[in-house]
Amino acid sequence: MLSSHSYQDPGKMKDYHYSGPVEHKFSPYSFNGGTVLAVAGEDFAIVASDTRLSEGYSIHSRDSPKCYKLTDTTVIGCSGFHGDCLTLTKIIDARLKMYKHSNNKTMTSGAIAAMLSTILYGRRFFPYYVYNIIGGLDEHGKGAVYSFDPVGSYQRDTYKAGGSASAMLQPLLDNQIGFKNMEGVQHVPLTQEKAVQLVKDVFISAAERDVYTGDALRLCIITKEGIKEQTVALRKD
Amino acid sequence: MTVRRPFPLSHGTTTLGFIFQGGVIAAADTRASAGGLVACPAVNKITPIHSHLVVTSSGSGADCMLWERILGREIRLYQLRHRRCLSIRGTAKLLSFMLHPFKGTDVCVALTLCGWDKSGPKLIYVCSDGARLQGDIFSVGSGSPYAYGVLDGRLRWNLSKEEAVSLAREAVFRATHRDAYSGNNVDLFHITAQGWSQRKREELKEEYYRDMERRAKTVEKGKRETVLDALG
Repeated sequence: MLSSHSYQDPGKMKDYHYSGPVEHKFSPYSFNGGTVLAVAGEDFAIVASDTRLSEGYSIHSRDSPKCYKLTDTTVIGCSGFHGDCLTLTKIIDARLKMYKHSNNKTMTSGAIAAMLSTILYGRRFFPYYVYNIIGGLDEHGKGAVYSFDPVGSYQRDTYKAGGSASAMLQPLLDNQIGFKNMEGVQHVPLTQEKAVQLVKDVFISAAERDVYTGDALRLCIITKEGIKEQTVALRKD
Repeated sequence: MTVRRPFPLSHGTTTLGFIFQGGVIAAADTRASAGGLVACPAVNKITPIHSHLVVTSSGSGADCMLWERILGREIRLYQLRHRRCLSIRGTAKLLSFMLHPFKGTDVCVALTLCGWDKSGPKLIYVCSDGARLQGDIFSVGSGSPYAYGVLDGRLRWNLSKEEAVSLAREAVFRATHRDAYSGNNVDLFHITAQGWSQRKREELKEEYYRDMERRAKTVEKGKRETVLDALG
Protein backbone atom coordinates (compact mmCIF):
# COMPACT_ATOMS: atom_id res chain seq x y z
CA MET A 1 0.00 0.00 0.00
CA LEU A 2 2.73 2.43 0.91
CA SER A 3 4.87 1.31 -2.00
CA SER A 4 4.47 -0.61 -5.23
CA HIS A 5 6.91 -3.18 -3.89
CA SER A 6 4.14 -5.60 -3.04
CA TYR A 7 3.13 -5.93 -6.72
CA GLN A 8 6.53 -7.36 -7.62
CA ASP A 9 7.97 -10.72 -6.69
CA PRO A 10 7.72 -11.01 -2.87
CA GLY A 11 11.20 -12.61 -2.64
CA LYS A 12 12.30 -12.98 0.97
CA MET A 13 9.17 -11.26 2.29
CA LYS A 14 6.98 -14.19 1.35
CA ASP A 15 7.45 -15.68 4.80
CA TYR A 16 5.95 -12.59 6.42
CA HIS A 17 2.93 -12.06 4.14
CA TYR A 18 -0.26 -14.04 3.82
CA SER A 19 0.20 -16.25 0.78
CA GLY A 20 -2.98 -18.32 0.71
CA PRO A 21 -4.93 -20.84 2.84
CA VAL A 22 -2.73 -22.76 5.29
CA GLU A 23 -3.69 -26.06 6.86
CA HIS A 24 -2.92 -26.40 10.56
CA LYS A 25 -2.79 -29.83 12.10
CA PHE A 26 -2.66 -30.98 15.69
CA SER A 27 0.92 -32.01 16.48
CA PRO A 28 1.30 -34.54 19.25
CA TYR A 29 4.83 -33.25 19.87
CA SER A 30 6.01 -30.13 21.65
CA PHE A 31 9.51 -28.91 22.44
CA ASN A 32 10.20 -28.20 26.12
CA GLY A 33 13.87 -27.30 25.83
CA GLY A 34 16.67 -28.15 28.20
CA THR A 35 20.22 -29.36 27.87
CA VAL A 36 21.81 -32.53 29.22
CA LEU A 37 25.49 -33.36 29.51
CA ALA A 38 27.40 -36.47 30.60
CA VAL A 39 31.14 -37.01 31.14
CA ALA A 40 32.89 -40.30 31.96
CA GLY A 41 36.12 -40.39 33.92
CA GLU A 42 38.42 -43.18 35.04
CA ASP A 43 36.32 -44.14 38.07
CA PHE A 44 33.47 -41.64 38.02
CA ALA A 45 30.74 -40.31 35.78
CA ILE A 46 28.90 -36.99 35.82
CA VAL A 47 25.41 -36.40 34.47
CA ALA A 48 24.26 -32.77 34.49
CA SER A 49 21.18 -30.97 33.25
CA ASP A 50 19.62 -27.56 33.54
CA THR A 51 16.25 -27.30 35.31
CA ARG A 52 14.26 -25.00 33.03
CA LEU A 53 11.04 -26.31 31.48
CA SER A 54 9.87 -24.03 28.68
CA GLU A 55 7.35 -24.06 25.84
CA GLY A 56 7.42 -21.44 23.11
CA TYR A 57 7.99 -18.07 24.80
CA SER A 58 6.88 -19.23 28.28
CA ILE A 59 8.66 -20.91 31.14
CA HIS A 60 6.55 -23.58 32.82
CA SER A 61 8.95 -24.31 35.65
CA ARG A 62 12.37 -23.27 36.92
CA ASP A 63 12.83 -26.47 38.92
CA SER A 64 12.35 -29.38 36.58
CA PRO A 65 15.62 -31.32 36.44
CA LYS A 66 16.19 -33.68 33.57
CA CYS A 67 18.41 -36.25 35.32
CA TYR A 68 16.64 -39.33 36.61
CA LYS A 69 18.30 -41.89 38.88
CA LEU A 70 17.86 -45.43 37.55
CA THR A 71 20.14 -47.58 39.73
CA ASP A 72 22.91 -46.91 42.28
CA THR A 73 25.39 -46.69 39.42
CA THR A 74 23.35 -45.24 36.54
CA VAL A 75 21.66 -41.92 35.86
CA ILE A 76 19.80 -40.99 32.68
CA GLY A 77 19.36 -37.48 31.29
CA CYS A 78 16.36 -36.93 29.00
CA SER A 79 15.59 -33.70 27.13
CA GLY A 80 13.17 -32.83 24.36
CA PHE A 81 9.45 -33.30 24.78
CA HIS A 82 8.72 -33.51 28.52
CA GLY A 83 5.65 -35.76 28.11
CA ASP A 84 7.70 -38.40 26.33
CA CYS A 85 10.56 -37.99 28.87
CA LEU A 86 8.20 -38.80 31.77
CA THR A 87 6.64 -41.80 30.04
CA LEU A 88 9.99 -43.15 28.90
CA THR A 89 11.51 -42.96 32.39
CA LYS A 90 8.40 -44.69 33.84
CA ILE A 91 8.80 -47.49 31.29
CA ILE A 92 12.53 -47.84 32.02
CA ASP A 93 11.85 -48.02 35.78
CA ALA A 94 9.24 -50.73 35.23
CA ARG A 95 11.60 -52.75 32.99
CA LEU A 96 14.39 -52.40 35.59
CA LYS A 97 12.09 -53.85 38.27
CA MET A 98 11.04 -56.72 35.97
CA TYR A 99 14.68 -57.55 35.24
CA LYS A 100 15.51 -57.44 38.96
CA HIS A 101 12.68 -59.82 39.79
CA SER A 102 13.42 -62.33 37.00
CA ASN A 103 17.23 -62.28 37.10
CA ASN A 104 17.87 -61.46 40.77
CA LYS A 105 20.41 -58.78 39.89
CA THR A 106 20.50 -55.08 39.03
CA MET A 107 20.90 -54.12 35.40
CA THR A 108 24.36 -52.89 34.41
CA SER A 109 24.78 -49.59 32.51
CA GLY A 110 25.52 -51.40 29.26
CA ALA A 111 22.44 -53.57 29.61
CA ILE A 112 20.24 -50.54 30.32
CA ALA A 113 21.64 -48.86 27.21
CA ALA A 114 20.93 -51.87 24.99
CA MET A 115 17.43 -52.16 26.44
CA LEU A 116 16.70 -48.47 25.88
CA SER A 117 17.77 -48.84 22.25
CA THR A 118 15.14 -51.53 21.67
CA ILE A 119 12.47 -49.57 23.59
CA LEU A 120 13.09 -46.51 21.41
CA TYR A 121 13.16 -48.49 18.16
CA GLY A 122 9.88 -50.16 19.12
CA ARG A 123 8.35 -46.76 18.41
CA ARG A 124 10.22 -46.28 15.14
CA PHE A 125 7.15 -44.94 13.31
CA PHE A 126 5.89 -42.63 16.08
CA PRO A 127 9.08 -41.90 17.99
CA TYR A 128 9.66 -40.70 21.53
CA TYR A 129 10.86 -37.14 21.00
CA VAL A 130 13.59 -37.50 23.61
CA TYR A 131 17.35 -37.08 23.42
CA ASN A 132 18.76 -39.51 25.98
CA ILE A 133 22.19 -39.72 27.55
CA ILE A 134 22.99 -42.42 30.10
CA GLY A 135 25.91 -41.93 32.49
CA GLY A 136 27.20 -44.43 34.99
CA LEU A 137 29.81 -46.98 35.97
CA ASP A 138 30.30 -50.17 33.99
CA GLU A 139 30.90 -53.64 35.52
CA HIS A 140 34.62 -52.85 35.91
CA GLY A 141 33.95 -49.63 37.81
CA LYS A 142 35.03 -47.34 34.96
CA GLY A 143 32.94 -44.36 33.90
CA ALA A 144 30.63 -44.96 30.91
CA VAL A 145 28.48 -42.61 28.84
CA TYR A 146 25.96 -43.87 26.28
CA SER A 147 24.30 -41.36 23.93
CA PHE A 148 21.14 -42.01 21.92
CA ASP A 149 19.21 -40.51 19.07
CA PRO A 150 15.40 -40.40 19.30
CA VAL A 151 14.94 -43.74 17.50
CA GLY A 152 17.46 -45.84 19.36
CA SER A 153 20.82 -45.56 17.60
CA TYR A 154 23.41 -45.47 20.39
CA GLN A 155 27.06 -45.81 21.20
CA ARG A 156 29.43 -45.53 24.12
CA ASP A 157 31.30 -42.23 24.42
CA THR A 158 33.59 -40.45 26.86
CA TYR A 159 31.47 -37.28 26.86
CA LYS A 160 28.31 -36.08 25.12
CA ALA A 161 25.97 -33.11 25.19
CA GLY A 162 22.32 -33.41 24.18
CA GLY A 163 19.31 -31.15 23.99
CA SER A 164 18.82 -27.57 22.84
CA ALA A 165 22.36 -26.26 23.47
CA SER A 166 24.12 -29.47 22.38
CA ALA A 167 25.52 -27.94 19.18
CA MET A 168 27.19 -25.20 21.27
CA LEU A 169 28.54 -27.44 24.02
CA GLN A 170 29.78 -30.42 22.02
CA PRO A 171 32.63 -28.58 20.20
CA LEU A 172 33.78 -27.11 23.53
CA LEU A 173 33.83 -30.56 25.12
CA ASP A 174 35.69 -31.98 22.08
CA ASN A 175 38.37 -29.38 22.68
CA GLN A 176 38.63 -29.47 26.49
CA ILE A 177 38.08 -33.17 27.23
CA GLY A 178 39.04 -34.79 23.92
CA PHE A 179 41.93 -32.36 23.23
CA LYS A 180 40.74 -32.21 19.63
CA ASN A 181 41.74 -29.54 17.12
CA MET A 182 44.76 -28.47 19.13
CA GLU A 183 48.44 -29.09 18.41
CA GLY A 184 51.17 -29.79 20.94
CA VAL A 185 49.09 -30.31 24.09
CA GLN A 186 49.60 -32.93 26.76
CA HIS A 187 46.72 -35.37 27.09
CA VAL A 188 46.20 -35.37 30.87
CA PRO A 189 43.50 -37.69 32.22
CA LEU A 190 40.43 -35.91 33.56
CA THR A 191 40.17 -35.63 37.36
CA GLN A 192 36.79 -35.48 39.09
CA GLU A 193 37.33 -31.91 40.40
CA LYS A 194 38.35 -30.62 36.97
CA ALA A 195 35.40 -32.37 35.32
CA VAL A 196 32.90 -30.85 37.78
CA GLN A 197 34.34 -27.37 37.28
CA LEU A 198 34.30 -27.81 33.50
CA VAL A 199 30.64 -28.90 33.52
CA LYS A 200 29.69 -25.85 35.61
CA ASP A 201 31.58 -23.47 33.31
CA VAL A 202 30.13 -25.06 30.20
CA PHE A 203 26.53 -24.72 31.44
CA ILE A 204 27.08 -21.10 32.43
CA SER A 205 28.20 -20.47 28.83
CA ALA A 206 25.20 -22.35 27.44
CA ALA A 207 22.79 -20.31 29.60
CA GLU A 208 24.27 -17.12 28.11
CA ARG A 209 23.62 -18.10 24.51
CA ASP A 210 20.66 -20.51 24.51
CA VAL A 211 17.25 -19.19 25.57
CA TYR A 212 15.97 -22.62 26.57
CA THR A 213 18.83 -23.27 29.01
CA GLY A 214 19.08 -21.58 32.39
CA ASP A 215 17.62 -21.19 35.91
CA ALA A 216 19.68 -23.85 37.69
CA LEU A 217 22.09 -26.69 37.03
CA ARG A 218 21.61 -30.11 38.62
CA LEU A 219 24.80 -32.23 38.76
CA CYS A 220 24.81 -35.96 39.61
CA ILE A 221 28.28 -37.33 40.37
CA ILE A 222 28.38 -41.13 40.23
CA THR A 223 31.20 -42.96 41.99
CA LYS A 224 31.41 -46.36 43.60
CA GLU A 225 30.37 -44.68 46.86
CA GLY A 226 27.06 -43.74 45.32
CA ILE A 227 25.39 -40.77 43.65
CA LYS A 228 25.96 -37.23 44.99
CA GLU A 229 23.79 -34.36 43.80
CA GLN A 230 24.74 -30.69 43.55
CA THR A 231 22.65 -27.70 42.49
CA VAL A 232 24.23 -24.55 41.06
CA ALA A 233 22.34 -21.36 40.16
CA LEU A 234 22.30 -20.19 36.52
CA ARG A 235 20.90 -17.11 34.76
CA LYS A 236 17.16 -16.76 35.26
CA ASP A 237 16.44 -14.43 32.34
CA MET B 1 -1.60 -42.05 9.30
CA THR B 2 1.90 -40.97 10.19
CA VAL B 3 2.93 -38.09 12.40
CA ARG B 4 5.46 -35.59 11.16
CA ARG B 5 8.78 -35.96 12.99
CA PRO B 6 10.05 -32.71 14.54
CA PHE B 7 13.72 -33.79 14.43
CA PRO B 8 16.15 -35.01 11.75
CA LEU B 9 17.62 -38.53 11.89
CA SER B 10 21.21 -39.45 11.07
CA HIS B 11 21.92 -40.07 7.37
CA GLY B 12 24.61 -39.54 4.80
CA THR B 13 27.71 -41.64 4.30
CA THR B 14 30.28 -43.17 1.97
CA THR B 15 30.80 -46.93 2.08
CA LEU B 16 32.38 -49.18 -0.49
CA GLY B 17 33.33 -52.79 -1.06
CA PHE B 18 35.15 -54.62 -3.83
CA ILE B 19 36.50 -58.08 -4.64
CA PHE B 20 40.04 -58.64 -5.90
CA GLN B 21 42.52 -61.50 -6.06
CA GLY B 22 43.35 -61.22 -2.33
CA GLY B 23 39.77 -61.33 -1.02
CA VAL B 24 37.20 -58.64 -0.24
CA ILE B 25 37.90 -55.09 0.95
CA ALA B 26 35.21 -53.12 2.82
CA ALA B 27 35.77 -49.45 3.65
CA ALA B 28 33.61 -46.66 5.09
CA ASP B 29 33.82 -43.19 6.56
CA THR B 30 32.78 -42.55 10.19
CA ARG B 31 30.52 -39.49 10.16
CA ALA B 32 26.85 -39.57 11.26
CA SER B 33 25.03 -36.36 10.34
CA ALA B 34 21.55 -35.33 11.52
CA GLY B 35 20.35 -32.42 9.42
CA GLY B 36 23.26 -30.00 9.37
CA LEU B 37 24.85 -31.19 12.62
CA VAL B 38 27.50 -33.87 12.90
CA ALA B 39 25.74 -36.08 15.42
CA CYS B 40 28.77 -38.28 15.90
CA PRO B 41 32.22 -38.10 14.24
CA ALA B 42 33.28 -41.64 15.18
CA VAL B 43 30.60 -44.14 14.27
CA ASN B 44 31.27 -47.75 13.28
CA LYS B 45 29.67 -48.26 9.90
CA ILE B 46 31.25 -51.66 9.30
CA THR B 47 30.06 -54.36 11.70
CA PRO B 48 31.24 -57.96 11.81
CA ILE B 49 28.37 -60.46 11.91
CA HIS B 50 30.46 -63.61 12.15
CA SER B 51 34.07 -64.62 11.48
CA HIS B 52 33.65 -64.51 7.69
CA LEU B 53 31.04 -61.79 7.16
CA VAL B 54 31.05 -58.06 7.71
CA VAL B 55 28.24 -55.67 6.88
CA THR B 56 28.69 -52.04 5.80
CA SER B 57 25.72 -49.87 6.64
CA SER B 58 24.32 -46.75 5.04
CA GLY B 59 21.06 -44.88 5.47
CA SER B 60 19.43 -44.16 8.79
CA GLY B 61 21.80 -44.92 11.70
CA ALA B 62 19.22 -46.39 14.07
CA ASP B 63 17.68 -48.58 11.37
CA CYS B 64 21.07 -49.99 10.34
CA MET B 65 22.09 -50.66 13.95
CA LEU B 66 18.90 -52.52 14.80
CA TRP B 67 18.73 -54.48 11.54
CA GLU B 68 22.33 -55.61 11.91
CA ARG B 69 21.46 -56.89 15.40
CA ILE B 70 18.41 -58.69 14.03
CA LEU B 71 20.48 -60.20 11.21
CA GLY B 72 23.17 -61.39 13.65
CA ARG B 73 20.53 -63.00 15.82
CA GLU B 74 18.86 -64.80 12.91
CA ILE B 75 22.19 -66.08 11.52
CA ARG B 76 23.11 -67.49 14.94
CA LEU B 77 19.70 -69.11 15.34
CA TYR B 78 20.05 -70.69 11.88
CA GLN B 79 23.45 -72.02 12.83
CA LEU B 80 22.10 -73.55 16.03
CA ARG B 81 19.01 -75.06 14.37
CA HIS B 82 20.59 -76.44 11.18
CA ARG B 83 24.14 -77.07 12.41
CA ARG B 84 25.73 -75.26 9.50
CA CYS B 85 26.66 -71.72 8.62
CA LEU B 86 24.31 -69.97 6.20
CA SER B 87 25.94 -68.93 2.92
CA ILE B 88 26.38 -65.21 2.14
CA ARG B 89 23.74 -65.45 -0.60
CA GLY B 90 21.36 -67.11 1.86
CA THR B 91 22.06 -64.41 4.43
CA ALA B 92 21.31 -61.71 1.88
CA LYS B 93 18.06 -63.39 0.89
CA LEU B 94 17.02 -63.77 4.54
CA LEU B 95 17.73 -60.09 5.21
CA SER B 96 15.89 -58.98 2.09
CA PHE B 97 12.81 -61.01 3.01
CA MET B 98 12.86 -59.68 6.60
CA LEU B 99 12.96 -56.09 5.30
CA HIS B 100 10.16 -56.62 2.79
CA PRO B 101 7.23 -55.87 5.18
CA PHE B 102 8.78 -52.43 5.79
CA LYS B 103 8.94 -51.47 2.12
CA GLY B 104 7.22 -48.13 1.61
CA THR B 105 7.73 -47.02 5.22
CA ASP B 106 10.37 -44.71 6.62
CA VAL B 107 12.91 -47.49 7.21
CA CYS B 108 16.04 -46.67 5.22
CA VAL B 109 18.82 -49.29 5.19
CA ALA B 110 21.31 -49.99 2.42
CA LEU B 111 23.74 -52.71 3.48
CA THR B 112 26.53 -54.45 1.62
CA LEU B 113 27.34 -57.93 2.88
CA CYS B 114 31.06 -58.59 2.33
CA GLY B 115 32.15 -62.11 3.12
CA TRP B 116 33.77 -65.37 2.25
CA ASP B 117 31.91 -68.69 2.14
CA LYS B 118 32.30 -72.11 0.48
CA SER B 119 31.95 -70.59 -2.97
CA GLY B 120 34.67 -67.97 -2.42
CA PRO B 121 34.55 -64.20 -1.92
CA LYS B 122 31.11 -62.59 -2.10
CA LEU B 123 29.77 -59.03 -2.18
CA ILE B 124 26.00 -58.54 -2.07
CA TYR B 125 24.05 -55.27 -1.79
CA VAL B 126 20.69 -55.36 0.05
CA CYS B 127 18.46 -52.35 0.57
CA SER B 128 15.12 -51.61 2.16
CA ASP B 129 13.59 -50.76 -1.24
CA GLY B 130 13.87 -54.45 -2.01
CA ALA B 131 17.04 -54.60 -4.13
CA ARG B 132 19.33 -57.59 -3.66
CA LEU B 133 22.31 -57.56 -6.03
CA GLN B 134 25.51 -59.56 -6.19
CA GLY B 135 28.53 -57.88 -7.73
CA ASP B 136 32.28 -57.26 -7.68
CA ILE B 137 32.21 -53.61 -6.68
CA PHE B 138 29.65 -51.54 -4.78
CA SER B 139 29.65 -48.10 -3.26
CA VAL B 140 26.68 -46.83 -1.26
CA GLY B 141 25.67 -43.48 0.19
CA SER B 142 25.74 -39.77 -0.55
CA GLY B 143 29.48 -39.92 -1.31
CA SER B 144 29.26 -42.98 -3.56
CA PRO B 145 29.49 -41.18 -6.95
CA TYR B 146 32.88 -39.77 -5.96
CA ALA B 147 34.07 -43.14 -4.66
CA TYR B 148 32.92 -44.91 -7.86
CA GLY B 149 34.95 -42.47 -9.93
CA VAL B 150 38.15 -43.31 -8.10
CA LEU B 151 37.49 -47.06 -8.00
CA ASP B 152 36.45 -47.42 -11.65
CA GLY B 153 39.66 -45.69 -12.66
CA ARG B 154 42.13 -47.89 -10.81
CA LEU B 155 40.50 -51.18 -9.74
CA ARG B 156 41.97 -54.32 -11.32
CA TRP B 157 41.66 -57.97 -10.34
CA ASN B 158 45.37 -58.52 -9.69
CA LEU B 159 46.07 -55.71 -7.22
CA SER B 160 48.26 -56.58 -4.26
CA LYS B 161 46.76 -56.29 -0.78
CA GLU B 162 48.60 -53.01 -0.05
CA GLU B 163 47.49 -51.49 -3.36
CA ALA B 164 43.88 -52.53 -2.78
CA VAL B 165 43.89 -51.06 0.76
CA SER B 166 45.44 -47.85 -0.47
CA LEU B 167 42.89 -47.61 -3.32
CA ALA B 168 39.96 -48.08 -0.94
CA ARG B 169 41.36 -45.44 1.42
CA GLU B 170 41.89 -43.03 -1.48
CA ALA B 171 38.33 -43.54 -2.73
CA VAL B 172 36.82 -42.79 0.71
CA PHE B 173 39.16 -39.83 1.14
CA ARG B 174 38.12 -38.25 -2.17
CA ALA B 175 34.46 -38.83 -1.39
CA THR B 176 34.74 -37.23 2.06
CA HIS B 177 36.48 -34.24 0.47
CA ARG B 178 33.60 -33.56 -1.91
CA ASP B 179 30.59 -34.80 0.05
CA ALA B 180 29.55 -32.68 3.04
CA TYR B 181 27.82 -35.57 4.78
CA SER B 182 30.87 -37.87 4.79
CA GLY B 183 34.05 -37.28 6.70
CA ASN B 184 36.24 -37.72 9.75
CA ASN B 185 37.94 -41.16 9.61
CA VAL B 186 38.27 -44.24 7.38
CA ASP B 187 37.53 -47.75 8.59
CA LEU B 188 38.91 -50.63 6.56
CA PHE B 189 38.21 -54.36 6.77
CA HIS B 190 39.86 -57.14 4.73
CA ILE B 191 38.10 -60.50 4.39
CA THR B 192 39.89 -63.67 3.26
CA ALA B 193 39.28 -67.38 3.55
CA GLN B 194 40.76 -67.13 7.06
CA GLY B 195 38.21 -64.55 8.20
CA TRP B 196 38.05 -60.76 8.58
CA SER B 197 40.80 -58.48 9.83
CA GLN B 198 40.44 -54.79 10.68
CA ARG B 199 42.89 -52.06 9.83
CA LYS B 200 43.44 -49.34 12.43
CA ARG B 201 41.03 -46.43 12.01
CA GLU B 202 42.74 -43.57 10.15
CA GLU B 203 42.15 -39.84 10.57
CA LEU B 204 41.67 -38.20 7.22
CA LYS B 205 43.04 -34.89 8.47
CA GLU B 206 46.64 -36.20 8.03
CA GLU B 207 45.81 -37.49 4.53
CA TYR B 208 44.34 -34.10 3.62
CA TYR B 209 47.52 -32.24 4.71
CA ARG B 210 49.72 -34.71 2.82
CA ASP B 211 47.56 -34.20 -0.28
CA MET B 212 47.79 -30.39 0.06
CA GLU B 213 51.60 -30.65 0.24
CA ARG B 214 51.68 -32.89 -2.83
CA ARG B 215 49.56 -30.39 -4.78
CA ALA B 216 51.71 -27.46 -3.66
CA LYS B 217 54.81 -29.31 -4.89
CA THR B 218 53.24 -30.10 -8.30
CA VAL B 219 52.15 -26.46 -8.72
CA GLU B 220 55.70 -25.34 -7.83
CA LYS B 221 57.19 -27.81 -10.29
CA GLY B 222 54.74 -26.66 -12.97
CA LYS B 223 55.63 -22.99 -12.40
CA ARG B 224 59.38 -23.71 -12.60
CA GLU B 225 58.90 -25.67 -15.84
CA THR B 226 56.89 -22.86 -17.48
CA VAL B 227 59.58 -20.35 -16.49
CA LEU B 228 62.31 -22.61 -17.90
CA ASP B 229 60.31 -23.12 -21.12
CA ALA B 230 59.86 -19.37 -21.44
CA LEU B 231 63.60 -18.82 -21.00
CA GLY B 232 64.89 -21.74 -23.07
